[in-house]
Amino acid sequence: MATSDDICLRAAGISRSFGGRQVLQDIDLDIQKSEIFGLLGPSGAGKTTLVKLFAGIDEATTGSVDLLGTRLPKLSMLQRIGYMAQSDALYMELSARENLQFFGELMGLGGQALKRRMNHVVELVGLGEHLRKPVSSYSGGMKRRLSLAIALIHEPEVLILDEPTVGIDPVMRQSIWDELRQIRAAGATIIVTTHVMDEADKCDRLGMVRDGRLIAVGTPEGLKQDTGSHTIEEAFLYYGGVRP
Amino acid sequence: MRIRALVIRIIRQFLRDKRTLALLIVAPLLVLSLMYLVFDGDDYVPKLGTVDLPDAVVQQLEKGSVDLHSYPNTAEADAALQAQDIDGYLSLDGTQPHLKLEGSEPSKNRAVQMLVARTFSDLTSDRAQAGTAGMPKIEPKVDYLHGGEDMTTFDSLGPIFIGVFAFFFVFLIAGVSFLKERTSGTLERLLATPIRRWEIVVGYMVGFGIFMGIQAVLIATYCIHVLGLMMDGSLGLVLLVTLLLAAAALSLGMLLSTLANTEFQMIQFIPIVIVPQIFFSGLFDLDTMSPWISWLSHIMPLTYGSEALKNIMLRGEGWSGIASDTYVLIGISAVFIAANVLALRKYRKI
Repeated sequence: MATSDDICLRAAGISRSFGGRQVLQDIDLDIQKSEIFGLLGPSGAGKTTLVKLFAGIDEATTGSVDLLGTRLPKLSMLQRIGYMAQSDALYMELSARENLQFFGELMGLGGQALKRRMNHVVELVGLGEHLRKPVSSYSGGMKRRLSLAIALIHEPEVLILDEPTVGIDPVMRQSIWDELRQIRAAGATIIVTTHVMDEADKCDRLGMVRDGRLIAVGTPEGLKQDTGSHTIEEAFLYYGGVRP
Repeated sequence: MRIRALVIRIIRQFLRDKRTLALLIVAPLLVLSLMYLVFDGDDYVPKLGTVDLPDAVVQQLEKGSVDLHSYPNTAEADAALQAQDIDGYLSLDGTQPHLKLEGSEPSKNRAVQMLVARTFSDLTSDRAQAGTAGMPKIEPKVDYLHGGEDMTTFDSLGPIFIGVFAFFFVFLIAGVSFLKERTSGTLERLLATPIRRWEIVVGYMVGFGIFMGIQAVLIATYCIHVLGLMMDGSLGLVLLVTLLLAAAALSLGMLLSTLANTEFQMIQFIPIVIVPQIFFSGLFDLDTMSPWISWLSHIMPLTYGSEALKNIMLRGEGWSGIASDTYVLIGISAVFIAANVLALRKYRKI
């Protein structure tokens, strides 16, 4: 059993409703440090709402979220989280460099430290030669990579990525996953949402989300074994009560 | 430091967005130039018909600037009036002069009435001097406390328009920019950093403030030096009031953008927020309206802004003459700014 020192994030009995509409219901979840934890589920299942609670941008209606031993939401904790939203929230008129610089400064970086980090993350996502172009001229995949670079700019201890590989070609997707493993190796915890079943296989552990409930948690292999499935998709159907 | 980052970002975005920059700076100058051309045109020369008037009267009429048409009888004059060939005609009802006006255009009515009144008063005074008839008539000598005979409509409305355009364009641009921040998802991204809600609002105020300052300087100097708008007071005070007005517009625009979901919905605020303010800002005389309507003007920033601008530019007043209006404008902006910080709670509680 994991000790509290190994716990990165602990969600206890969280529910979230928007004006009477229940989006999340009674979710209990522990995420360990230095793991890639995947949240798998169809769109509309409540994944984005859940990671917003994890990022401390939103607050649960009931229940609590503790990140690295601190109760969320808390402003100072945002410094330790790297959050990449589902939409590419970038300033189109500005260049990639200016976008990075802006978010870096908001995270409290400046001077040489900011320059060093900018060079590092740009290299990581392979955008070096396009740094001075305005973002409006970027392709979808380049925007996604820039969003990832921005989420990484301040060396966050926890990286929360909402659908990071949507609209990205398989080669690029592969390289993003390689980067995520590198970041994990450096000691960061990564929480990633996806609705692509084969992508879920790449996570250390998985949480399956359906209709605002967490229906299963485990390693991809464990979940397949427990349900006698060959694929994650079959396992998901089992927990969803569709398949016996 | 976070505010500085936000300010630099806003400046960069502005400089890349040439259309918005033009809307903020060129559009007010263009519209004010048009206003100048409309209101500062030559005096209207009234077209007056005459029916069977004594020669003395006709001669006196011809001394003024008028386009005279003579008709043999009132029926023909009526027809000409109907066809709008003339603005009115003068006839004699026995010994009583009778003026009939076309009547659909107030400014033309006034021009004709003034011409006729002046003619008759000149006639009587001429006769008095010649000692031929009746009471000597004393022509009043006219003095002006403010303005003067050469003060044009543009002079009297100019200060209001400076305020209106500073307010209108800043309101629109600030509202749409902040709306874009929200709809593009960058606001959510911004709120995922440790920036405080008030830092966002202050960053916007400062970043936009720089361009509002440039706009204020350009509008004021253009109106005064190029269009020759009457200016009796200090340019510094004009800029101060324009900037405060723009700050109120900026904070109000940001606030209302939280109630809009698209740019078009932002445009829909114009008839509700901007147009009434223009009506109540002093273009029309509020003293003649019923009290509850003029009370409405007290909640509108433009009322205070244009009153202060008129006090400076037309009445040549200094700080003491605009202090109370300035304080109210600062108060209004402060309320809107606080409301913005609260409104951002909708997106992040802390």
